[in-house]
Amino acid sequence: MSDYNFAYLDEDTKRMIRRALLKAVAIPSYQVPFASREMPMPYGWGTGGVQVTAACLKADDTLKVIDQGADDTTNAVSIRSFFQRTADVAVTECTQEASIIQTRHRIPEAPLHEGQIMVFQVPIPEPLRFLEPRETETRRMHALADYGLMQVKLYEDIAKHGEIATAYAYPVKVEGRYVMDPSPIPKFDNPKLDNSPALMLFGAGREQRIYALPPYTSVQSLDFEDFPFAATKADHSCTICGAVDSYLDEIITDDAGGRMFVCSDTSYCSERAAS
Amino acid sequence: MADILAGGFSNAPHQAAHAFRVALDAMARPGTRHCLETAKAPAPLSQAAATLLLTLADTTTPVYLAGACNTPDIQAWVRFHTGAPLAQADAAAFAIGTWEALAPLERFATGTAEYPDRSTTLIVELAEFGNDTHRLTGPGIDGEATAYLPGDRLARFPLGVDLFLTSGATLSALPRSTKIEAL
Amino acid sequence: MYVAVKGGERAIRNAHAWLAEERRGDPDIPELTIPQIRAQMALAVNRVMAEGSLHDPDLAALAIKQARGDLIEAIFLIRAYRTTLPRFGTSTPVDTADMAVSRRISATFKDAPGGQILGPTFDYTHRLLDFSLMANGDPPAAPKASADPQPVPHILSFLDTDGLIEPAPHSDATPRDLTREPLELPADRALRLQALTRADEGFLLGLAYSTQRGYGRNHAFVGELRIGTVCVEMEIPELGFAVDIGEIELTECETVNQFTGSKTEPAQFTRGYGLTFGQTERKAISMALVDRALRWRELGEDDQGAPAQDEEFVLSHCDNIQATGFLEHIKLPHYVDFQAELELIRRLRAAASEDAE
Repeated sequence: MSDYNFAYLDEDTKRMIRRALLKAVAIPSYQVPFASREMPMPYGWGTGGVQVTAACLKADDTLKVIDQGADDTTNAVSIRSFFQRTADVAVTECTQEASIIQTRHRIPEAPLHEGQIMVFQVPIPEPLRFLEPRETETRRMHALADYGLMQVKLYEDIAKHGEIATAYAYPVKVEGRYVMDPSPIPKFDNPKLDNSPALMLFGAGREQRIYALPPYTSVQSLDFEDFPFAATKADHSCTICGAVDSYLDEIITDDAGGRMFVCSDTSYCSERAAS
Repeated sequence: MADILAGGFSNAPHQAAHAFRVALDAMARPGTRHCLETAKAPAPLSQAAATLLLTLADTTTPVYLAGACNTPDIQAWVRFHTGAPLAQADAAAFAIGTWEALAPLERFATGTAEYPDRSTTLIVELAEFGNDTHRLTGPGIDGEATAYLPGDRLARFPLGVDLFLTSGATLSALPRSTKIEAL
Repeated sequence: MYVAVKGGERAIRNAHAWLAEERRGDPDIPELTIPQIRAQMALAVNRVMAEGSLHDPDLAALAIKQARGDLIEAIFLIRAYRTTLPRFGTSTPVDTADMAVSRRISATFKDAPGGQILGPTFDYTHRLLDFSLMANGDPPAAPKASADPQPVPHILSFLDTDGLIEPAPHSDATPRDLTREPLELPADRALRLQALTRADEGFLLGLAYSTQRGYGRNHAFVGELRIGTVCVEMEIPELGFAVDIGEIELTECETVNQFTGSKTEPAQFTRGYGLTFGQTERKAISMALVDRALRWRELGEDDQGAPAQDEEFVLSHCDNIQATGFLEHIKLPHYVDFQAELELIRRLRAAASEDAE
């Protein structure tokens, strides 16, 4: 792919994204508008994450790409090979070895360390979007830190279902200021955002927004004193590695109700199974 | 007359990527010091400030050169290497100068409640990083840190200006989110 | 023992190989050439150029071939290519009054300087399948006439002279660029028109139709619809003047709409405007109607709550590349979020049956 620049994007575009990233880091969890480009993969496939990764990559990076926690899902394979072709970077499946991890819907089970960058693919960056579809309104609410609508929604959940009926993309409050959508990770992963040593970058291509969590940032899942947040998962252990502390995929094994549970983080699972 | 054509990136995609990651790391971990030395502009602009400009400024980002940085050589160098238009303080995306030359900071954009990102980024040229003067807490800092700062800056989070501090090839950053307290 | 599903890379490779084979189809049938598509599927090429925001009939034809005739897929290919192109400069505004017209009609005046020119239109064809085309029949030659050198002024300029229609003040201000800056709301008219001209034809058609049926009605007459070629000029700073760099085909639609006015302000017709690449008149007319509907605030009209009046709704949903991407992405794996929902719903059900006992 020598017809294209290093990491595909032209330098003007990378500069524009880099400026947005610096603002995003300086104003944690505020959604910075950016002039998202049309990428050679469809909106919804991770164009925001791909643009953020492209703007961050340097030649000596080691990249890991996961989708649903797995390195071998088709879209993870596709994005990884895109960067192998356009940036010729080293790739890995090992969480600890990666300097940049692009992800869709999961945070790895292995603890992240300082210096690592997580890049999240974000479909709808606006945590208030399904309560108020208008950008002009939600922008005002963030400006005023007016999150009453969200409180009402969570409270109504409890009244109706006995608990907050949000299982993924569970909203968080960052440094006591902005409410943020953590991308559609299961709420099981929410605690990994709080005070993480790694830098977390979020890219929403179609919605033209970038936001960030610097390392060691306070990230609290929204809840009520009498209904505290709980990071839940299926009450099983992994059939392959036996892990009881990892997020699980449910596999249907036959047509008679047979099922098993295995780690969604394939790298974590195979490293455990090997040792 | 300095050679304004010299001192740019020889391999922009890779050098800019490296410099950006240094800047990103600095902004993500306030007060930490980093090395940034790829570009070289006419005096008195530091290597770190020159490299930041090449990495971040272009035709879409007005640049304000304050005080001793506002020389014909530096103007020509910035225009030639970045294409950035030179601007007054209140219209600048980036402003460069010593702490004294940049003062008063009230003249720079701090963003709006709806768009706090529409603010000026200051590149503060220091003669040197002195002994630590302030205690820093907030995002990017594990507990607390100490750092040398030339003074206090106004920050009414989420509004405010973000600072890069530069001296020679050394870079450090202070985003608006950092709470500071004189030691 | 269970082994986790692997093989994504091979699956993708095989899918691509199969796709390429399907695209070519039966190798005993001659392959379509780009000139054939460009010449004989010209309206498809035009749509791809219009919504792809790139005037290049050869690349549009290539995209259609590669996309197996899926026009939204072809538009996507063009858009993704377009974003990678360096920008050498900006053309001066094209002058549609100087258009070499191949079609020019007005629904408001029976005749006007420049005349009515039907051009190559389907308008009065009887929609009967022409089975002779199955036998590759060459059509009889169309009658020819020499080009009429007389100017073809805009029909609305006649209304303008009499003060009967709102003025359209000239402006040299550089509009914001939708493809280089994030969309910010509220948008100005120039930005709205940019979004509409690359918007999905079907989406705009439906919205425009809804205004005709009363959802934000604005009583549109097609003052003029013209199709033809215009010169594109670019200022060359080194030369100090503009040079002709080529010509492009455009469709322009100007509508005359319901009037404004009061006891003190004399009544005036208002305008809607559509401009698109190529011969794409359904799109240009739709664009003019939606443009006019979106101008309700500026013209002091009521917000009827109609979809076509809602700037944020229209601009956020008119782009078919954004829409199709987000729509289709729900077929990608969502095992993790679905598992989270499953776990939640099982727990809620267990709690409910405990309560019931």
